[in-house]
Amino acid sequence: MIESPYRHDFPFFYSQKEKLKRAYLDSAATTQKPSSVIEELVHFYTEDNANIYRGIYATSQRATSKFEAVRDQVKTFINASERTEIIFTKGTTQSLNWIVFGYFWDRLHSDDEILISVMEHHSNLVPWQQLAIHTGAKLNYVNLNEDQQLDIDDFKAKLNSRVKVVALTHVSNVLGCLNPVTQITTLAHKFGAKVVIDGAQAIGHLQVDVQEINCDFYAFSGHKAFAPTGVGVLYGKKELLEKMKPLEYGGEMISDVNYQNTSFKDLPLRLEAGTQNISGVIGLGAALDYLNKCKLNEIECYIKKLTKLAFEQLISIPEVIIYGSKNASFHQGIISFNIKGIHPHDVATVLDIKGVEVRAGHHCAQVLMRYLNIPACLRLSLHIYNDETDIQQLIIALHEVLRFFKHGS
Amino acid sequence: MDHDNLSTLYRQAILEAGEDPHNFGDLLRPTVSTELHNPTCGDVIILQLKISDHIIKDIKFKGQGCIISQASASIMTDLIKGKSLDQAKKLRIAFSQMITDDHFIDNDKLKDALIFKGVRKFPQRIKCATLVWNALEKSIQHVEETNG
Ligand SMILES: Cc1ncc(COP(=O)(O)O)c(C=O)c1O
Repeated sequence: MIESPYRHDFPFFYSQKEKLKRAYLDSAATTQKPSSVIEELVHFYTEDNANIYRGIYATSQRATSKFEAVRDQVKTFINASERTEIIFTKGTTQSLNWIVFGYFWDRLHSDDEILISVMEHHSNLVPWQQLAIHTGAKLNYVNLNEDQQLDIDDFKAKLNSRVKVVALTHVSNVLGCLNPVTQITTLAHKFGAKVVIDGAQAIGHLQVDVQEINCDFYAFSGHKAFAPTGVGVLYGKKELLEKMKPLEYGGEMISDVNYQNTSFKDLPLRLEAGTQNISGVIGLGAALDYLNKCKLNEIECYIKKLTKLAFEQLISIPEVIIYGSKNASFHQGIISFNIKGIHPHDVATVLDIKGVEVRAGHHCAQVLMRYLNIPACLRLSLHIYNDETDIQQLIIALHEVLRFFKHGS
Repeated sequence: MDHDNLSTLYRQAILEAGEDPHNFGDLLRPTVSTELHNPTCGDVIILQLKISDHIIKDIKFKGQGCIISQASASIMTDLIKGKSLDQAKKLRIAFSQMITDDHFIDNDKLKDALIFKGVRKFPQRIKCATLVWNALEKSIQHVEETNG
């Protein structure tokens, strides 16, 4: 029996109002929060709450130094070379939009190409589409190979000197695969293309080292890695961030304002206009502390073990169709599937009644759904607080689904 | 409790209609054809109507969706066939009241569509049952606008 040594850190699992045990299998959408993060938020609002940078007084300075300390923490966590390369945003979506609209918007031309993959989340797809429409550049997609992983040969074939940017997810939120982002970056750089990595599903699961990947930009959300919602990070190489246009102008990002013009602060504040999500950033700091305490390699190991179990149990049901690799170890805590002949919504409703919380739908990846030729699918996603009982509950509920729909209740 | 719960949503008639829906397919030269998407789940419905003298002479639908949406389309199209545009609009309003209002009093005119009452208890599934009715409303609107 696989038991989670981490579950007791998460009060969510002990405050259930219902008698029915609920199996939360939707951490790819958002994670539950450890008590250390929740307590840090309470502590901040009870002890340190003040606006940052503005006050001369002690509380404001305390808040400012806590806030800025998280920037250092993030720098270390993803191994950026400088703290000014860490920009706080409200999440992956905002980070990616700023990259597209603040950096690439005026830099592409009609004979250029943008290369992304068919597995991208809408937030790493729709902004590039807008860029293509705006500039007339061609938006090209890398396909999957026969194991439903990123097809590296197809990537190589589509790479050429017209490609100005490659944007790719680190881990797919549907297929669960880990993309070879370091190799992709090396290849892309040979052709002079910039590389943008969507790290939404990688942070909190894998050790991320942006210098080793050598990508030009990296984006992630706090809330998928135990931090509160509404905080995220935009990492960019310094020389690129220097050239990036702010998409917001206002307080804190200026150094001197005249009647007709303004001079701006240096990085990172130049890109952080207005009052920031201070408590969110501080919560992110606590989340990174918690992740460090648990150790990312142990987290990865635990989730791998649980994913393998879920995978084996799922394929033992003949009606189950799994998307993504046929090899369990290529699923980073995410397994998407369908039940032959039963619409995923109908499955999800029965699962919900049985206390099993999975996602059903297109998972913000409609291009991938089209590519796989399915309208929607179910997805289970695991984190360190899940255990074998959650998987068992899912499997029992799936048998109930089959009994109900296949054999007429 | 769960089985009761499931059976209030998936009544036998819904299961049957969802498995083998009536009026599925294409009309030859429809007066109006409306495609609607359920953006949260990616389901699609295409509804086609043949209208003359303000009467819905024929109606068909196609698309992909869950049992609830397929059954709702099957039962709605059966119900609407032969009705006037005004009657159809009234039925649409009645259906949407039934599915959202806890104090709804059965409206016999809804006939077989009354079995969707149980969907009310499943807020995430209301959109599945109403998708085809929304397509109907859009179609009627379109016809009325183009005919002045
Ligand atoms: C791969 C991927 N990219 C981007 C996002 C968007 O993240 P957020 O909604 O936090 O901005 C998600 C989350 O759903 C995701 O899974």
